[in-house]
Amino acid sequence: MSKIAVIGPKEAVLAFRAVGLDVVCVSTPEEASRAVFRLAEDGHAVIFITEAEAEQISETISRYKTSALPAIIPIPGATGANGYGMAAVRANVEKAIGADILFKEEG
Amino acid sequence: MALMNVNPTRMELTRLKNRLKTAVRGHKLLKDKRDEMMRRFVLLIRENARLRQEVEKKLSGALGEFALCRGLMEPEALEDAVLYPARTVDVTLGSQNIMSVDVPTIQVTAGEVKQSYGFAQTSAQLDGAIANLAELLPELVKLAEIEKTCNMLADEIEKTRRRVNALEYVMIPDLNDTIRFITMKLDENERGATTRLMKVKDMIAQRDQVS
Repeated sequence: MSKIAVIGPKEAVLAFRAVGLDVVCVSTPEEASRAVFRLAEDGHAVIFITEAEAEQISETISRYKTSALPAIIPIPGATGANGYGMAAVRANVEKAIGADILFKEEG
Repeated sequence: MALMNVNPTRMELTRLKNRLKTAVRGHKLLKDKRDEMMRRFVLLIRENARLRQEVEKKLSGALGEFALCRGLMEPEALEDAVLYPARTVDVTLGSQNIMSVDVPTIQVTAGEVKQSYGFAQTSAQLDGAIANLAELLPELVKLAEIEKTCNMLADEIEKTRRRVNALEYVMIPDLNDTIRFITMKLDENERGATTRLMKVKDMIAQRDQVS
């Protein structure tokens, strides 16, 4: 069994099936949330989820944030990146350091 | 500025002094831990941001290419084509210890390339799109690993910082205040005892004079 899974709308994630990842097609936030739970229970190490879906189920994702596995990583969907994944990185910086020192010089 | 609820005795004083020593030592150690974690975190998060930018760009490209195939092919045919994976991946999980935080390490090894669909029913772009995506996979997994590490480190740094602050601004001042209070109280008792003795001595001397 491959330990990497992808969650997202069909048109965005179908491609990942071709490279041998487990793919779960979802269309509603509830489905996405359930899929995350199920895949985490199954012992998947990495769960990629499209940004739009990740944004809607951020509560579910934050549940797994501090445990070692699974790593739930937002990826850009079919329409490209909307900045949610980057915002998560930024939130991490602010949490750890208290100020956004990373992106200040860039923008 | 809160005194602890303790009896002003010599034994209590010794106990508190020991606690203060431990607290100061713990504070120093935790502060060092926080600083080192911060240093590592900054390195990692920079890498994380760079990698994410790169992956997001490449992935958008690869998915765009795949979207093109969807336009060129029948939906059913496309689904059939990718139903059986053209590549396989093997994932090796490990764990690494960064400043006593156990973070996962994920290694991915690509399997052999298989021809899992017929050339006749699929468009030529599909081959390229799949190859691109497969090439991107190690980077994606690397991103996952780093991002998870950053997540966990950030959490741990926050915890450590709270501990450091609690020690620095609550525990240690309180202990200092209480120790001061007990010392004062003991000194005062001692002075009280001395005055009492002097007073008694005076009274005895007076009585002896009278009689």
